[in-house]
Amino acid sequence: MSSELRYTANTQLEHLHARYTGTGHADLTKYEWLTHQHRDTLSSIVGHPPLASYLAIADGEAIGRVKFEMTERMLQPCGPPPAKDD
Amino acid sequence: MSGDEPRLVDSFTAPKEVLQEFADLAEEEDFDPFAETASKRQIAARQSDYHNRRFERVAHEGVDAFKAVEDGKEVEGGYKDAMRLQMLEREEQRVRRAIEDKERQAREEGKEKMDLDRTPPREELMEAAQELAQSSGTKRKRRWDMSEPSDENADVKMEDKGEWSKEALEQAAPKKRRSRWDATPADVTNVGETPKRSRWDQAPAAQPEPAMTPIIMNAPGLMHDDKHNRYLSDEELDAILPSQGYQIVTPPPGYAPLVRPPKFANPVTEVGGFHISEGSDAAAVAAAQGLAPELPTEIPGVGSLAFFKAEDAQYFAKILKEEDETELSVDEMKERKIMRLLLKIKNGTPPVRKTALRQITDKAREFGAGPLFDKILPLLMERTLEDQERHLLVKVIDRVLYKLDDLVRPYVHKILVVIEPLLIDEDYYARVEGREIISNLSKAAGLAHMISTMRPDIDHADEYVRNTTARAFSVVASALGIPSLLPFLKAVCRSKKSWQARHTGIRIVQQIAIMMGCAVLPHLRNLVDCIAHGLQDEQQKVRTMTALALAALAEAAAPYGIESFDNVLKPLWVGIRLHRGKSLAAFLKAIGFILPLMDPEYVSYYIKEVTIILIREFQTSDEEMKKIVLKVVQQCAATEGVTPQYIKQDILPDFFKAFWVRRMALDRRNYRQVVETTVELAQKAGVAEIVGRIVNDLKDEAEPYRKMVMETITKVVASLGASDIDERLEVRLVDGIIYAFQEQTTEDQVMLDGFGTVVNALGIRVKPYLTQIVSTILWRLNNKSAKVRQQAADLTTRLAVVIKQCGEDQLLNKLGLVLFEQLGEEYPDTLGSIIAAEGAIANVVGMTQMNPPIKDLLPRLTPILRNRHEKVQEATINLIGRIADRGAEFVPAREWMRICFELLDLLKAHKKGIRRAAVNSFGYIAKSLGPQDVLQVLLTNLRVQERQSRVCSTVAIAIVAETCGPFTCIPAILNEYRTAELNVRTGCLKALTFVFEYVGPQSAYYVDSVVTMLEDALTDRDLVHRQTASVIVKHLALGVAGLGCEDSMMHLMNLVWPNCFETSPHVIGAVMEAIEAMRVTLGPGVLLSYTLQGLFHPARKVREVYWRVYNSLYLGASDALVPFYPDLGELSEGQNVYDRHPLQMFI
Repeated sequence: MSSELRYTANTQLEHLHARYTGTGHADLTKYEWLTHQHRDTLSSIVGHPPLASYLAIADGEAIGRVKFEMTERMLQPCGPPPAKDD
Repeated sequence: MSGDEPRLVDSFTAPKEVLQEFADLAEEEDFDPFAETASKRQIAARQSDYHNRRFERVAHEGVDAFKAVEDGKEVEGGYKDAMRLQMLEREEQRVRRAIEDKERQAREEGKEKMDLDRTPPREELMEAAQELAQSSGTKRKRRWDMSEPSDENADVKMEDKGEWSKEALEQAAPKKRRSRWDATPADVTNVGETPKRSRWDQAPAAQPEPAMTPIIMNAPGLMHDDKHNRYLSDEELDAILPSQGYQIVTPPPGYAPLVRPPKFANPVTEVGGFHISEGSDAAAVAAAQGLAPELPTEIPGVGSLAFFKAEDAQYFAKILKEEDETELSVDEMKERKIMRLLLKIKNGTPPVRKTALRQITDKAREFGAGPLFDKILPLLMERTLEDQERHLLVKVIDRVLYKLDDLVRPYVHKILVVIEPLLIDEDYYARVEGREIISNLSKAAGLAHMISTMRPDIDHADEYVRNTTARAFSVVASALGIPSLLPFLKAVCRSKKSWQARHTGIRIVQQIAIMMGCAVLPHLRNLVDCIAHGLQDEQQKVRTMTALALAALAEAAAPYGIESFDNVLKPLWVGIRLHRGKSLAAFLKAIGFILPLMDPEYVSYYIKEVTIILIREFQTSDEEMKKIVLKVVQQCAATEGVTPQYIKQDILPDFFKAFWVRRMALDRRNYRQVVETTVELAQKAGVAEIVGRIVNDLKDEAEPYRKMVMETITKVVASLGASDIDERLEVRLVDGIIYAFQEQTTEDQVMLDGFGTVVNALGIRVKPYLTQIVSTILWRLNNKSAKVRQQAADLTTRLAVVIKQCGEDQLLNKLGLVLFEQLGEEYPDTLGSIIAAEGAIANVVGMTQMNPPIKDLLPRLTPILRNRHEKVQEATINLIGRIADRGAEFVPAREWMRICFELLDLLKAHKKGIRRAAVNSFGYIAKSLGPQDVLQVLLTNLRVQERQSRVCSTVAIAIVAETCGPFTCIPAILNEYRTAELNVRTGCLKALTFVFEYVGPQSAYYVDSVVTMLEDALTDRDLVHRQTASVIVKHLALGVAGLGCEDSMMHLMNLVWPNCFETSPHVIGAVMEAIEAMRVTLGPGVLLSYTLQGLFHPARKVREVYWRVYNSLYLGASDALVPFYPDLGELSEGQNVYDRHPLQMFI
């Protein structure tokens, strides 16, 4: 955060944001951001029964199986993190 | 003059006393009018002797045992030595006491026939000295006020590798006289000790034993800096005495002055002999001694200070003079740097202080623990220290501790000696600061080191030291966790060596309970078991302390944890039969706190056991015991297991006989305790039982006692109601209350509250007595004392509802008229009460039936609005608001307009209640008159200077808009916005923010009308305009969410969005909130597309802002964002596949 804002109420907002998973910051990488998006997508599917049953029908699987797979996929949904450059 | 002729007075002169006073003043040349207040600010001057015992404490040099072991060196001067020294000290005290006893005995036996102040016989002294020498086995510890024996100088050459050693100093500045405030030329302790030995408190030691020296140089009663009592220096003597005919005689061999001249003021010269100090140095010394008439306000390298005290000069002598910095060694430079920073922190103005504090924190490790604490700690022990200075210095320690971490170990004891007294300070904040420091200290130094440092003080001979150490230990326990300290506590509480150790151990447990509250619960059993055996200790003090500790534990644990106390129940209940006096009181206290924890079915047995003792102790004459007994009775009565029957039969008769006597009303604390206990008993025994017993005392002749009765009845009736009171009791009660009310001589709240509470509780039953009551009020309303009139008016306020309930409207009318006639009252407090009473009557009677009629009442109130007194203003505005709300039609419109103008003045009031009432009144008036005129008044008021008045006007406009409909106001506001004046435009915007906040969803109808104005405001150059406009947009957006105004909102969003790069805190806050509100109206998807542009922008400043917006968006609607995330499958590379496959499925 720029220095003028360092001592204002907005810092509190910033801190508050940092306490939650899925929020980002100026140095977030593409991989990290997209991983969060994927996890949100998967949890959204698990959390909305109509969406889960839609996917179950499309896939020809049981709803429970779909939910299980989605949950499993949340671990590294976009594959392993890319190697750091520096 | 002839003898019988009366003497003619030709001129008047001042009385003799006055002249004398001036003469006295003149004699006292430098009379300091601030001296008296200054001594009040000084902590030491204000505190009790017990607190000031801190000045007698000694600190021993510590060693970082861990560090030394790492370095492979042998540890000396650590725990072992501390213990040995402590033992010696005890032995010394014991012998002293023995000598005193012996002397006293001798005197009593009449052997000693000489004057009391004669020195004891020589043999006796010799004998005592011998005994002392034998018992301690070493030489007596040197006191600071004794000069060093000459033989000691032989040791001075011994090595000292420390960088503060004498050699180092000598090398650095060979001809410089050392002006250390405490400089004593010896540091002879073991070679190879901690390298950074500091010597701020070291006195010379004859033998190579670790120096144990008083930390304090200012013994009580010796104010060295007092220039009147100062010793004459040689220079001064030279100036006074003629140079011829006198000879300076050398003192006889073996002469040592009893009290040494102050060391710091007259620095000890080097061993080499006499030397002449340099000029500038001498000036500094002179300043230090108070010779220099004025104190410096500008210090070289420090700049100007907020103040500078004479005492500061001793500590900061080195930096008071100009020095050639090139001659100084690195360490000396460092020392001066520290002193400058400390002086800035202690005496500087806030900005100076702030930067200095930051510097000293940043450089703490660079400076090192030794040099820092050598400077800080003596300052903290200065006798003339004031609260503010202490606070700042403690803050420095706190900051520095964080940085130094384990480097602090050698100084733990010294810091503790200085900080522990804070734990028993009467000032709450000082206690908190002390706790904070000790807790940080223990985290930095570690448990083992803390224990080994503080262990010697646990069985210290001085109770003061043990007390503060126990408190410090409890802080350590809370910082590092109770479990880690438990084994140590167990050992200490079982100490066989001394009862003092057991006593302190148990006291630590007590302090832990007091400090940590319910956090002791997980360790309750361990703590109780730790101290349980103390109840049967052979020392009475230990038994008492154990009981107190148990009381504290039970209080902290309530209402849980009775099972942990199983082991101590029997000893406690047996104990109350065995003990008397103080320990009985402690045991009873413990029982009182354990009882509420018990199960209801068992508690009655235990209560029966204790009641016998309690009733016996009702008779006690000991005040402390009385209080404890009352408290225990209260606690017994509060438990579930005790029956009303039991209380009525077994406790009440004795209780009332012992405590409901006049004497109890005289002492404030007894008074309160008796009232509380009786109220608690009433919860079980019932109103009638208690009130019946004391109601006759309402007519007692002692007023304090009547007050006590009244207060009790008030509290009992307020909590239990009056339905229990039968007809006979009711007659006696009302009669008593009227009597007590009339007979009071000091008008205070108690009688008034009592009257109001009882009458309101009785309700309709009070009707027969109303005539009498009202005639009392009427009579008192015409009393010549303003206080009595005020009280009568206040009583009217409280009784109005009941009088109406009883259907006595004529009485109300009569009261209303009398009060109306009293509106010319000149005492503002009384006037306020009278208006409030009139308001209360108007409330219950209603505006139509009100007598005097509203049309007469209101014009009479209008001029009173100008009264500056807050109470009057508030009462008046409340009544006017009520009339405007309920009976506006009784008053002509012209009168209301006049009131409107008066109300504008009230918008400036300090009290929020008044401003709010005024603003609300505008709403009521606008409702009855129509909004046009009122709005005109308010909009014109936007042109005034005071911000507060303008702000309140905008709120009033919004309220008018809310009560009369937005369509009546918005056009006028928009029209007013076209004025070219900045204040007016801001005011209009502000008014709109409130309007849209209040009207909520109604705003949907007005969005389109305000859009053009908002366009203008959001593109204005003025920041405040954009800020206020953003607030309007926020309220609009929240109001119209889901009402189909997306098109206009989208337009506004595009105008708000560019403002997201603002940096002024209020503006950016308002903009962020507006954007957040837009999320609700436009949906998160739209907002996401705005943010996507900048999340990975090459400029960091852009990214930061966009991510902040994104984060708010994400936290607000993370789930809803899922369908809106862009498809980034084409970014996939290698193992990382970014396609969201589940979303690509379809049937």
